[in-house]
Amino acid sequence: MADYGKKYQVIVVGAGHAGCEAALAAARMGCHVLLLTMGLDTVAMMSCNPAIGGLAKGHLVHEVDALGGEMALNIDATAIQFRRLNTRKGPAVRATRAQADRMAYSARMKRVLEAEPLLDLKQGVVVSVETIAGRAVGVKTREGVDFYGGAVVLTTGTFMRGLIHVGLNNYSGGRAGEPASLGLSDCLRDLGFTVGRLKTGTPARLAGRSIDFSKLERQDGDTNIRPFSFLSGTPEIEQAPCHIAYTNAATHDIIRSSLDRSPLYSGVIEGVGPRYCPSIEDKVVRFPERNAHQTFLEPEGRCSDEVYPSGMSTSLPPDVQLLFYRSMVGLESVEIMRPGYAIEYDFVEPTQIRPTLEAREISGLYHAGQINGTSGYEEAAAQGLLAGINAALQATDRAPITIGRDQAYIGVMVDDLVTQPTLEPYRMFTSRSEYRLLLREDNADQRLTELGRSVGLVSDQRWQVYQEKMEGILRGGARLAEQKIKPSDRETTASLGLDGLRNGVSFEDVLRRPEIGIGQLVELDGDLAKLAPAVLEQLEISTKYEGYIQRQLEQVARFRELEQVKIPGTLDFATVEGLSNEVREKLIEVQPETLGQAGRIQGVTPAALAVLNIHLRKKR
Amino acid sequence: MAVVRLSGPESLAAVRSFFRPSGHVRELVSHHLYHGFLVDSTGRNVDEVMVVYMQPPRSYTCEEVVEVQCHGGQQIVRAILDLFLSHGLRLAQPGEFTYRAFMNGRLDLAQAEAVARLIHSRSDAARALALSQVEGRLSRAIHLFTEKLRRELVLVEAWIDFPEEDIPTQDTTRIKSQISEIIKEVSVLLDTFETGRVFVEGASILLIGRPNAGKSSLLNALLGEDRAIVTDIPGTTRDLLEEGLTIGGIPVRLIDTAGFRASVDPVELEGVRRASDKIHSADLVLLLVDGSRPCHQEDLLAYQACADVDTILVATKSDLGRAELDPSLAKMHRIDVSAKTGEGLDLLRQAVARNFAADGTELGESVVITEKRHNDALLKCRESLRRVAASLESRASLEFLSLDLRDALDSLSSISGEISTEDILGDIFSNFCIGK
Repeated sequence: MADYGKKYQVIVVGAGHAGCEAALAAARMGCHVLLLTMGLDTVAMMSCNPAIGGLAKGHLVHEVDALGGEMALNIDATAIQFRRLNTRKGPAVRATRAQADRMAYSARMKRVLEAEPLLDLKQGVVVSVETIAGRAVGVKTREGVDFYGGAVVLTTGTFMRGLIHVGLNNYSGGRAGEPASLGLSDCLRDLGFTVGRLKTGTPARLAGRSIDFSKLERQDGDTNIRPFSFLSGTPEIEQAPCHIAYTNAATHDIIRSSLDRSPLYSGVIEGVGPRYCPSIEDKVVRFPERNAHQTFLEPEGRCSDEVYPSGMSTSLPPDVQLLFYRSMVGLESVEIMRPGYAIEYDFVEPTQIRPTLEAREISGLYHAGQINGTSGYEEAAAQGLLAGINAALQATDRAPITIGRDQAYIGVMVDDLVTQPTLEPYRMFTSRSEYRLLLREDNADQRLTELGRSVGLVSDQRWQVYQEKMEGILRGGARLAEQKIKPSDRETTASLGLDGLRNGVSFEDVLRRPEIGIGQLVELDGDLAKLAPAVLEQLEISTKYEGYIQRQLEQVARFRELEQVKIPGTLDFATVEGLSNEVREKLIEVQPETLGQAGRIQGVTPAALAVLNIHLRKKR
Repeated sequence: MAVVRLSGPESLAAVRSFFRPSGHVRELVSHHLYHGFLVDSTGRNVDEVMVVYMQPPRSYTCEEVVEVQCHGGQQIVRAILDLFLSHGLRLAQPGEFTYRAFMNGRLDLAQAEAVARLIHSRSDAARALALSQVEGRLSRAIHLFTEKLRRELVLVEAWIDFPEEDIPTQDTTRIKSQISEIIKEVSVLLDTFETGRVFVEGASILLIGRPNAGKSSLLNALLGEDRAIVTDIPGTTRDLLEEGLTIGGIPVRLIDTAGFRASVDPVELEGVRRASDKIHSADLVLLLVDGSRPCHQEDLLAYQACADVDTILVATKSDLGRAELDPSLAKMHRIDVSAKTGEGLDLLRQAVARNFAADGTELGESVVITEKRHNDALLKCRESLRRVAASLESRASLEFLSLDLRDALDSLSSISGEISTEDILGDIFSNFCIGK
């Protein structure tokens, strides 16, 4: 084996959505970074659906952006359709979703990586993580070159011991057409990690020219595009439509009669798949009363004729796939370009890592993305970013950061991962957040930009945009409080529907009325009119929902009380008297770092928490 | 007879080293009763006993448990305890078995509390109530609310998180009717708290009436002994006297007061003032008038003092004759009693029991709130539900509804068991076909 010679401060393994963010973050924070990928042509590849965002996922993308990550900018530059979801609901649960041009997304991300001065992007297959005295120091590659550096970030996706199932045939692979990574998960097992197995799947890709779109309902993008990044202007693009198709009784009959050829139902697949993303055969079996399932036909890009039928993932044999797709209206003569498949892969139980994403037992080793049992590009990117930041902080002898459940969806996700056992691939939902009304897309910058700046990841440009917004909010808030509408202002009161107004009211009070929007006040006041739309939006939300926001802030204050009670790493839970064996085992497994985290471990009862609290107090 | 219970991993080993079963017994089989002798280290018989071993988790504490049934004398029990202490076991702290049952998840918080009540219950009715809670009756009622609310929350969350999925279209009419239904049911349960509290904590019954109306005599008659000082001189009883007894299964505190009297004596005035204060904190007032004589103006004074509290009119001294009462008093149901002959005392007891809506047997059948903590939690739950109803009325967005629904569920979970976000998500995925 040959030592490459150059000393890196951070080595990132895998150039998917997690790896790219990790490498970029560390390099932008001033570290010499090596990003190793098995294939230079598949950087930031969208292995499954060609879309980014949606509920909770869109929130994550905004948070990645606010901290100085790349995902939002990358999708804003390569999207072919934007849609804002839940526009009729409140601001906290509105989310942006975009269809991506898959190849353009990948190509742009590769260019961004290549342009980063401190980042070396190389092709290589990592077979082991090298450690000295419980500390990660580098990696060995199959090609026979060893790389050494300060910290190692593993983002292995579905590649570790990946096993692809198409019908009852299966073969080793990390993704359709790409080899699996063998050896690395054995190395992790040897290092003492508990390694588990998960399963996911993807539908066939269909030839667009063989679909009769005239028979299908068309879904266009929004006319008012709202991009992901706080730095992006409104993209001027011609948007591509999606189409909606349905399965029918004939489709379901075909699927039912072929279940004996399904690896899922014949017991060939051991890994656990996600409940929120069942294959079409799973849907047909579990919901026998349904006589139709909907699918969105999503275009894969401007330079591709491939179409992604969402919600139709399958591991049935290709001949059955062709039959059931063709039983659907509009798809009567469809051609399959790539068959759907299921894939099983190794992941490392994330209860073995810290909220910084560093492994508890191997310092300097960080895990992000599917290796932690998550699913989704956005979940991966968010973890990659956090892992990259902490790897860089460690490489430069600075204290790591953690992000709280009250701060960001990233915090909710990481806390869930390190606290709860992984029973299926983890996906983010807004209902996972206790403080949903505070964690909005629109205020991700207010929640995280300062944190990103403090670690050196937020650029001057982003910082300036942020400060201008904050200053505008201050000015606008003061303006709303001081501007009054008098009853004698007949014209104004009439235009706002405030006839019969007895006493003068402030703009702020008027804005609290459900029927009044800030746009109406902007028309009355030149100073407000000078404020940016993003500022006006914040003023409107913080005024209209003040009561709810206040309630959530109080909940956060209570949450922080337990969060501030630190459990020393030296505490031996076996010595805490009065705990049941079950609780004790769970605490030993998860090694919670705060009393709050301990309380979120399933099976840890309020009484057990009280016992633990008393023990900690006695110690003090 | 006495039972010595051992719980924890060393229990079986400890019993094994002292127990000599009769016949050819090799191993103690779980949940079987064995006869034999406890023998100390010198080979001396300590007692003839029956022993039952309970393999975990099928025991009260969910731990390894052995129960030794022995003879009941204090000396014997002491000797047996010494035997086990010498083996390295220690004495259980008060309530420790229940605490362990709770910690090991066998009992939920409401059940554990009910066990504590059972141990401390002062009356049969309270015992029946406590028992029904141990059986989880309250927990079941709470569980039912939880299930109903959870179903609505699942819908709300599905509509929020999966706007583009194939799920039933958003329609809140059903949620609306469900919520108002649950509010009603919670209110019914809340209404039982007054009764439940009385049964567990006891009812306070205040005796008032003009001096020498026979308060102290009645008190003594009900208690069956001379507690209050009784003389023919009016105004003898100057202090409030509290006495405990049970009426119709309800623990009762009888509170005697100085007589109601138009007086200028500062000591008596103070007594009257204190009696008036007590009226409003009492659960029931017995207004005593001398039934053998026409009404006195001071009787009316006492009557007015208890105008807005539950009151039973007791006409005393029925052995001395029966006089017509003042028309204002005649509107009330009159119970004639004689402290001397005992006439009417049973009628009075029945009237008191009826006032608390109760004979104990009936109460045992229904769910009754007895804990203040439970009452507070249900009050909070109802408050949250009312906010949900208001949000529905004003067509607020679903995430605000969810906030209050979760608060309501949190309040319920403080009575029994938690539900986690994972549970809600699990319900969403099993009820709706979701998946891209």
